[in-house]
Amino acid sequence: MTSNFLAGFTAVVTFVFVFYLLRRGILREKYAVLWLFFSGAALFFAIFPSVLDRISFAIGIATPVNLLFFVTVVLLILVSVQLSYELSRHEGRIRRLAEEVALLQQQINSLGEKDENGSNDSH
Amino acid sequence: MPHKRSLIAIPAWNEQDSIAEVIAKVQEHRPDTDILVVNDGSTDRTAEVSLAAGATVISLPFNVGVGGAMRTAFLYAKRENYTALVQVDADGQHDPADLDRLLAGLGTADIVVGTRFHPDSTYHVGGPRRWAMVLLSKTLSTMNREVISDPTSGFRSAGPRAIDLFAVEYPADYLGDTVGSLAIAIRAGLTVSETPVTMYFRQHGRPSKNAVWSALYLGRASLAIIATGLKSGRTPRGDDS
Repeated sequence: MTSNFLAGFTAVVTFVFVFYLLRRGILREKYAVLWLFFSGAALFFAIFPSVLDRISFAIGIATPVNLLFFVTVVLLILVSVQLSYELSRHEGRIRRLAEEVALLQQQINSLGEKDENGSNDSH
Repeated sequence: MPHKRSLIAIPAWNEQDSIAEVIAKVQEHRPDTDILVVNDGSTDRTAEVSLAAGATVISLPFNVGVGGAMRTAFLYAKRENYTALVQVDADGQHDPADLDRLLAGLGTADIVVGTRFHPDSTYHVGGPRRWAMVLLSKTLSTMNREVISDPTSGFRSAGPRAIDLFAVEYPADYLGDTVGSLAIAIRAGLTVSETPVTMYFRQHGRPSKNAVWSALYLGRASLAIIATGLKSGRTPRGDDS
């Protein structure tokens, strides 16, 4: 009973915290939704642990908590891979922007030089 | 047909001590070319020194690595309608006298790589680093029509078709700027040939490499080549469209 209470409490705290971040605009919706779903699911299993028992029994896992650990690890791995993907994409975009900024800066500088030369010629 | 113009692109990261001499030597040897220094987030006076030496300077806001610096150079070359681009290192290890052959080679190939492995060369490597280079060379050579004996050489030239390709896609990963870019080019149907070049020893050399570093190099080199191109294998030469 205490372990269920601990799990439920953690789930609620996580849910509230993520929701707070979402409302403050710190977390973007596409990431927040995932964590809200996870904590919601955790809360559900904390309140109705018998559901977990029945699922484990149905797919032949003797210790229900192993199912919980397994699913959790898989989900966390998926989230990590997704974050790596987003990070790679952003690094690529930042690099592209840096290149464009550098090219534009050079263009501005060369326009400035042309301008100076032009005014010198007309005098 | 637009007038033929060649750009010498020098990626530079904190090379204030050697860059002016490199620019001067290129100007002396090939006064018909324009020189572009891509200042890759240097914290020293690389940009000022290069400008004073008469080069065009593009300064990246932070260090993006040789791959990013070179893509910037290719973007510039494409927008300014250059028909040839030669990459030269800023540390003075490349001999501008080899520019002639690198540029002339573009008459029959899209990319010409200056190879440091030839009978007259004083350049030698050994151990895992050597194995990695042989592996990379063999792999790329089976994809290409000609042998590429030194795929990690940074002394190379690119013709109009290569400039078009590299302005869009130039890898920034480790070894991507050398090996990866060649794999991309071959896959896109471009032709790569090579010409012998002289290699001077680095004046401000890198720290010595130990066994762990060499093993890592071998591993990452293999990964680089697997990641960039083996899946599509041999690609027939495409047409100019």
